[in-house]
Amino acid sequence: MEVAAGGARFVNSEVAVLGVGMHPWGKWGRNFVDYGVHAARAALADAGVSWQDVQFISGAATMRCGYPGYVAGATFAQALGWQGAEVNTSYAACASGAQALAAARAKILSGACELALVVGADTTPKGFLAPAGGYRPDDPDWVRFHLGITNPTYFALYARRRMELYGATVDDFTQVKVKNSAHGASNPNARYRKRFTREEVLASAMVADPLRLLHVCATSDGGAAVVLASLEFAKRHGRQVPRVVAISTVTPRFASQEVEMPDIATDSAAAVAGHSFRASIATRAYEEAGIGPEDVSLAEVYDLAASTELDWYEYLRLCPVGGAEQLLRSGATAIGGRIPVNASGGLACFGEAVPAQALAQVCELVWQLRGQAGERQVSGARVGISANQGLFGHGSAVIVKR
Amino acid sequence: MAGEAVSAALPGWYTLEPEPHLLGSRCTACGSYFFPRLTSFCRNPACDSSSFAEVRLSRTGTLWSYTDACYQPPPPYVSAEPYRPFAIAAVELAAERMIVLGQVVAGVGVAQLKIGMPMELVLETLHRAGGEDKVVWKWRPVGHGS
Repeated sequence: MEVAAGGARFVNSEVAVLGVGMHPWGKWGRNFVDYGVHAARAALADAGVSWQDVQFISGAATMRCGYPGYVAGATFAQALGWQGAEVNTSYAACASGAQALAAARAKILSGACELALVVGADTTPKGFLAPAGGYRPDDPDWVRFHLGITNPTYFALYARRRMELYGATVDDFTQVKVKNSAHGASNPNARYRKRFTREEVLASAMVADPLRLLHVCATSDGGAAVVLASLEFAKRHGRQVPRVVAISTVTPRFASQEVEMPDIATDSAAAVAGHSFRASIATRAYEEAGIGPEDVSLAEVYDLAASTELDWYEYLRLCPVGGAEQLLRSGATAIGGRIPVNASGGLACFGEAVPAQALAQVCELVWQLRGQAGERQVSGARVGISANQGLFGHGSAVIVKR
Repeated sequence: MAGEAVSAALPGWYTLEPEPHLLGSRCTACGSYFFPRLTSFCRNPACDSSSFAEVRLSRTGTLWSYTDACYQPPPPYVSAEPYRPFAIAAVELAAERMIVLGQVVAGVGVAQLKIGMPMELVLETLHRAGGEDKVVWKWRPVGHGS
C-alpha cells in the first residue's frame, strides 16, 4: 500500500459543495437552534435540494470550558423535522465545524450516503469565556483561570514574540484590524461593519499588553451550514460546483512547542524534537490537496487577535517565517493584493461563534470561488484555504477548489 | 510571610521552601519532563513507560514572552478588591526544554520585562481564604528586589 508522509493515502477524496448558508453574526440572544436552522435552510435552498432528501446530518457542537455542551446534530435534525437521516455530532473546539464537515465527507466517500448537511451554531455568553466552578485542579482549563490566565493572554504572548523576533509593531497589528474591518464592511453576515481607523483602534482599552480591545476578537451568536454531496450526485444534477479537496484535522505531535490554551506548560522537548502544531495543520491540508501555498487565491484564517493573523501567514507558508509583517505592509493580504486574507472580514468583523466559525470560513471560500462575494470579491479566485486553532489541541484547515 | 499561616493554592504542584521549585515528573525510560505531574502513562508516543520520578523543575529560566491582565479575570480567579492588574510571564526552562506560564510578582509590570531576561521562581499570595495566604508560584526577574 502506498502511504504518504503523513501516514495516509489520498485517493478520490473530493466532495462537492452544493450549497452554503449563514445566519448573520451578532448578539441576538436567541437559542442557537434558531441560527442553525436558519443557516441550514439557506444552505439547502442554495443547493436546490430538499431537507427530506438529506441522508446524513452532521452538527458541530460546543462544550464551553466544562459547561454542558449543545447536542448539535440531533437538535438540528429535530428542529428541521425528523426525517430519518443518520446523525453525527462533532466537538473539536474552534475546529468543530471542520470536524463535522470531515464526518460528512467520510460518509459520502465511503458510499454510505450521497447528500449530507453540516450545521454549526452558537449562542455565546457575555464577557470572558470561563470554566465551570468548584475546586478542580485536575482540569488545566480551571487551573489557568484560577491563576488569572484568560484567552487573550495566549494571543498576547505570541504578539510580543513577533515584536521581539521579527520587528512587528503595534501598528502592524492595528493595520490587520483596519484591513479586516474594511473587508467586512460590506459583508451582510458580519456583526461589525464599521471601518475602524488606526486612531480608534489605538484609543481602545488595553486588554493584554500589547493587545487592545479592538485587536482582540469578540464572541458572537451565529450559524453556518454547508450542503455536501458526492461528485456523482453533483454531476447527475448538472451542477458545476466548488469541491472540498482537503480537510486537515490533525492533532499536535509530541513534543508540541505551542503555548496553547488551556495548558500552563508546553510539552518538554528534552527527549524528543519539538514540533510546531499549527504549521502541521496546513502542511497536511496541502499534502492532501496535492497543491502548495503558491496555488492559493485567498485564505480565511483565525484572527483571534490581529497579531494571530500574522502568525497564520507563516503557518500557511504564504511567506517565509518572519516575513508576515512585510507581506502585510506590502498590501498583498488586502483585497486586490496577491493573496487576500480574511476577505470576509474575519473574526475581527464576525467575533467568534465557536462551532459555526470553521463552517463560516468555508461559506466565504465558496462564495468567493463562485464569484458571489459582491464588493469583497477576490477576482479570479480559484483555490481557497481556511485555518483555525482552538483549545485542547484542536485546529483545522480546509481547502476548497473551483 | 513569616508568622502568617501559609498554604499552597495548588497543593503538590510546588515546594513551599524559601527557594521553591515546581514539582514535575520525569519519565524514567525516555527522559521527558511533565508539568503538572504525571504518574500514569508517558505522553511520548514512542515510549511505553508508566514509570516516573518526581523531579524539582529548574527554578530559573529565560523569559520567552510576557503580557498582562488589564481586566479582572472571571472566577475561579479570586480577585482582591479593588482588582489589581498583574503581568504574566512565559518562561523557558533550559534543562527541561519546556515553557511554563505564571503570574509575575506584584510590583513588576510589562515595562520592566524583556524577552530573554533571566527569571526565577518565587512564591507569592494568590488569594486569601480561611485566614490563610494561599500561595502560588510566580516569576520574578533575577535580582529584582531580592
